[in-house]
Amino acid sequence: RLATLKVNVWTLLLTVTVCDGWLFDGFAARRHSESDEVALWPLPQKFQTSVDAFRLSSASFQIVHAKESTAGPSCSLLQNAFRRYYSYIFGNGRKHGKNLENVFDADLAELQVQITSADPECDGYPSLKSDESYQLEVNQPTAVLKAASVWGALRGLETFSQLVYEDDYGGQNINKTSISDFPRFAHRGILLDSSRHYLPLKVILANLEAMAMNKFNVFHWHIVDDQSFPFQSRTFPDLSHKGAYHPYTHVYTPADVKMVIEFARMRGIRVLAEFDSPGHTFSWGKGQTGLLTPCFSGSSPSGTFGPVNPILNSTYDFMTRFFKEVSTVFPDAYIHLGGDEVDFSCWKSNPDIQKFMDQQGFGQDYRKLESYYIQRLLDIVSTTNKGYMVWQEVFDNGVKLKGDTVVEVWMNNNVDKELQNVTGSGFTAILSAPWYLDYISYGQDWKKYYTVEPLNFEGTAEQKKLVIGGEACLWGEYVDATNLTPRLWPRASAVGERLWSDENVKDVGSAYDRLVKHRCRMVRRGIPAEPLYIGFCPHEYSGN
Amino acid sequence: MAALRLLSVWTLLLTVTVCDGWLFDGFAARRHSESDEVALWPLPQKFQTSVDAFRLSSASFQIVHAKESTAGPSCSLLQNAFRRYYSYIFGNGRKHGKNLENVFDADLAELQVQITSADPECDGYPSLKSDESYQLEVNQPTAVLKAASVWGALRGLETFSQLVYEDDYGGTSISDFPRFAHRGILLDSSRHYLPLKVILANLEAMAMNKFNVFHWHIVDDQSFPFQSRTFPDLSHKGAYHPYTHVYTPADVKMVIEFARMRGIRVLAEFDSPGHTFSWGKGQTGLLTPCFSGSSPSGTFGPVNPILNSTYDFMTRFFKEVSTVFPDAYIHLGGDEVDFSCWKSNPDIQKFMDQQGFVVCLQLKGDTVVEVWMNNNVDKELQNVTGSGFTAILSAPWYLDYISYGQDWKKYYTVEPLNFEGWCKKLVIGGEACLWGEYVDATNLTPRLWPRASAVGERLWSDENVKDVGSAYDRLVKHRCRMVRRGIPAEPLYIGFCPHEYSGN
Repeated sequence: RLATLKVNVWTLLLTVTVCDGWLFDGFAARRHSESDEVALWPLPQKFQTSVDAFRLSSASFQIVHAKESTAGPSCSLLQNAFRRYYSYIFGNGRKHGKNLENVFDADLAELQVQITSADPECDGYPSLKSDESYQLEVNQPTAVLKAASVWGALRGLETFSQLVYEDDYGGQNINKTSISDFPRFAHRGILLDSSRHYLPLKVILANLEAMAMNKFNVFHWHIVDDQSFPFQSRTFPDLSHKGAYHPYTHVYTPADVKMVIEFARMRGIRVLAEFDSPGHTFSWGKGQTGLLTPCFSGSSPSGTFGPVNPILNSTYDFMTRFFKEVSTVFPDAYIHLGGDEVDFSCWKSNPDIQKFMDQQGFGQDYRKLESYYIQRLLDIVSTTNKGYMVWQEVFDNGVKLKGDTVVEVWMNNNVDKELQNVTGSGFTAILSAPWYLDYISYGQDWKKYYTVEPLNFEGTAEQKKLVIGGEACLWGEYVDATNLTPRLWPRASAVGERLWSDENVKDVGSAYDRLVKHRCRMVRRGIPAEPLYIGFCPHEYSGN
Repeated sequence: MAALRLLSVWTLLLTVTVCDGWLFDGFAARRHSESDEVALWPLPQKFQTSVDAFRLSSASFQIVHAKESTAGPSCSLLQNAFRRYYSYIFGNGRKHGKNLENVFDADLAELQVQITSADPECDGYPSLKSDESYQLEVNQPTAVLKAASVWGALRGLETFSQLVYEDDYGGTSISDFPRFAHRGILLDSSRHYLPLKVILANLEAMAMNKFNVFHWHIVDDQSFPFQSRTFPDLSHKGAYHPYTHVYTPADVKMVIEFARMRGIRVLAEFDSPGHTFSWGKGQTGLLTPCFSGSSPSGTFGPVNPILNSTYDFMTRFFKEVSTVFPDAYIHLGGDEVDFSCWKSNPDIQKFMDQQGFVVCLQLKGDTVVEVWMNNNVDKELQNVTGSGFTAILSAPWYLDYISYGQDWKKYYTVEPLNFEGWCKKLVIGGEACLWGEYVDATNLTPRLWPRASAVGERLWSDENVKDVGSAYDRLVKHRCRMVRRGIPAEPLYIGFCPHEYSGN
C-alpha cells in the first residue's frame, strides 16, 4: 500500500504542472488493485497478473532488442513496431524533456524483445504457418517478450501496450504480469469490398491498424466485383481504365497495392486478394471484350452479358496472363478465386454454350459447366505455385480441388452440415457465415457474433482441426469512407476474440466490460470505433 | 453514367487549375439539357429551368447585397452566409489566380441578395413564425435572390449553391417556401456526450437540408452535461466528467450563434419528471426516494412532485435556462414516467390521498405536443389537433433504429397529414430523432445523413413530391454534395462520388 501511494505522488508530479485542488480529492482512497483497469482484447490464452504495479516513464522507458535476440536494429519491421507501440503507450508528441530523465526513477525501465528462431523473418511475409505465439514477463526492472519470430513479437507488443493503463493523473502503469499466448485459429480475417464502393487507401490502412489491435492476421481484399474494377493491372490496363468507377481517382495503382501489402506485413497481416469469377465479373467485361458470355433473347444477342464465357480458349489465355501478374503482385501463398453465386440464366440463353454443353455431355446441368471452368482456372492458378481459396459453392458443386484448397463457408442456412462435409472430405475450411457484419440491426449485435462457436458441428477431432479460422465480412453495398470504420469496429472485435482466445472465453458480461474499454482504446488511437451502448470514453473521438 | 462523367469534366474546368488532357475528353459533346442532373434537395415548391447555361468564374463571381435590399454589409449573418456559400460553390482555398480571369468569360457575374422587409432580422433569432420563403431568378448577367428576411435568404442561398454545384444554373426561376414551419433534428447529448465539433457539423448538414430546429435533448438519466451557473453541481456531479464532458455557457452560446447564422432554432429539452436520474447527483432531495417495503431502498425515481423545494429548484433552474436559450420555446419532456417508485413511497401515497386526484393536466394554448409513439400515430394526431393543440410528429422518424438496406425510403414515404381530422393546420412539422444509446462522435454523422435528408424533403417540399425513384437519383447526388462539403454522409447504396470522403 505504501508503494502504491508513492506511485501516485510520483505520477502526479510527472504530468501535472499546475495542480488544481480538486485533483487531490479522494487521493488517500485510491487503490491499485483494480485488475478491471486492464482490458485485454482478445484475452490471452494464459495469464497471471498481480497487484504489484510499476511505472513507465516516457522519458526513459524503452523497447529494445534483447541481447540474446536473433533480431537487431536492422530488423525494420520490429523497429517500426517499437516506435508504433511507444506512441500508443505514451501518445504522440507528449514526450518529456531530457531534464526530467533524472527526476524519476522509473520502475519498469524497458521491454526487451527476444526473437528465438535462427530466422526472425524480419523481411518475410506472414503466412498460414507463421508462429504467432509469444511469452511476456513483466517484472522489475525489465519486461521480457519472447517469440520465435517477429510475428509472435508483434502480437506480444500489442498485448504489452494493452497492459499499460493510465492512472487518474495521466501516468502510465503496468502490473506484474506473466502471459503465455497463442492463437486458437491460424486464419483470422477481415473482408473488405472495394468494388461496390471504392475505399480510399487511408480507409484501408486505418482498418489494417485496427486489425492489428485486435490480432487479426488476414486482410481478405475483395478487390473487384460486378460494380467496379479498381485494381490496376499492368498487363490489362483497360480493366481498370474502363471498369473502375473512375480511371484515375477510383483505382488502386501498383504502388497503392504495394503500400497496402507492406503496411499489412509490418503488422503481421496477410493480404489475400480475391478475384472472383466466373460470376461477379460484370466490370471485367468493360475492359476486356469477349470475356463475358453474351446473353441471348430468343435467337439474337440481347446486348447484355453474363458470367465469364467458359467455352472460349481466349478466356483461358486471358486468365493465364492475368493470374500470372496477380501472383507476382500479391506475395501471399494463397489467392481467393471466388466462385460464388453464378447465375446460369445467361449461359442457358446462349446457343453456343448449349452446343458446347451437348458436346461435353453436360446435358442441362450448368453446374457441370461451372465446374469445367473452375477446374481449368484452378489448373491455371496452380501453375503459378499459389494455393487457392474458394467460396463454398465450388466444393458443393463437386469441383476437383487440390488438397491444400481452403473452402470458405459463407451460406448461413446449414453451416454445421457444410463444415462437416468440407472437413469430412479432407479440405480445410474457414467460416464466415455467422459474421456478415454488413447486416446491421438495432442494438448490441456484437453479442451474436461473440457467442458463435466455430467447432460446434458434429465431426471427428481430425475434422475440427481442418477448420483453420474465420472471417468477419463487411460487404460494400452500404459502406464507404464515410461510415466503414465505425460500422466495422468494435463489432469485428467480437469475432477477433472468438478466433484468438480459448473456446472457454465466452462470458458475454465480462467481454462487455473489456470491450467497452478496448473500444475506447481504439478511439484513443485514432480509430473511430462506435460505442457498444450508453457511456463515455475518457478521451472521446475527435478525428473529424 | 456517361452524362454524369461529362458534367464532372465541366465542374472541374471551373475548379481545377492544372487540367490533364484526359479531362477534355468529350468536351465538345456537352449538353445542358439533362434536367435529371438537377439534384435540388429538398425540392423547391415551384421551379422552372431552361437549357440556357451560364458559367461562374471563381475569380470574378460575387454574392452581393442588392441596391434595393434593406440589409447591407453590416448584416454579419448574411456576410457570413455569402462567404460560406462562396466556398461551397468554389471550394476552399482553390481560388484561381488573376491570370485565369480572362480565360473564361463568365456569363453570370453576380448573385444579388435583396431583403424586402423593413427589418431584415440580421441580429434576430429564427422562430416558428419566421418567413423562410424566397424567390430566385437566375439570368444573365445577374441572378437575384429575393426574400422578406434573412431566413428566406439563407434557404435561397442553399438552393442557389445546389444549382451551381450540379453545373446547371441555366435560366432558372424558383419560388420556394417550406410546407411545415417546424423541421427538426433531435440529438441526444446525454447517453453519449457529443463534442462541440459534432454538433456544429450537424448544424451545417441541417442547413444543407433546410432543417430549422435543433432539438437539443441535452440531459437525461445518464448524464447532465449542461453547465448551469445557478446549480453548477448538476454538471459537476451529473456529467460523465466535470470538465471534459460538459457544455459550458460559452459552448452553448457558440452552438446557438452557429445555428442562428444558419437560420436554425435551438430548442433545448430539459426532460422531467422522468429521465432525471443524473439531476439527482448534483441536487440532493430532488428525486423521489424509492421504498422497498417500509424502508428506503437507496434508489431514486422521478422528480419528487410533492415537495415545495422541487418547485423552488425548478423555478430558479428554468429561469436560468430561459435566459440561456433565446428560443421562444423550451421542451419540457414529460415522457415515460415510471410510476413504480412513486407508488412505493409512503409520503407520495399520503399526498395522493390528500389531493384526491382528479386534476387534469392543463396546457397553455400555445403548447406544442410532440407525437413520438409509433403504435397509433394517426389517432394521436387526431386527438391532439382535435383538442386545439399544435402538434409535431417524430414517431415515424426515430433514426436510431437502424436496419439493413435503404430505410430512408420508409422515412421518405411518410405523409404527416394522413390522419382523419379537420385541424391539419395544427400539425406544424416534424423531427428526425437520433437518440444516443448507440451513437457518439465516432458514428453519429454518417448514421444521421442522408437518412435525415429524407425527412427534410418531406417537411419542406410539396406533398406531391413523393416519387421514391426520382428522390433516389437526387439524393445520391445530394449526399455526394454533402460529402464534398465535408459531411461524412453515408452512401444510399452501391456507387461512388466523384470526390470521395477523405476526412479521417
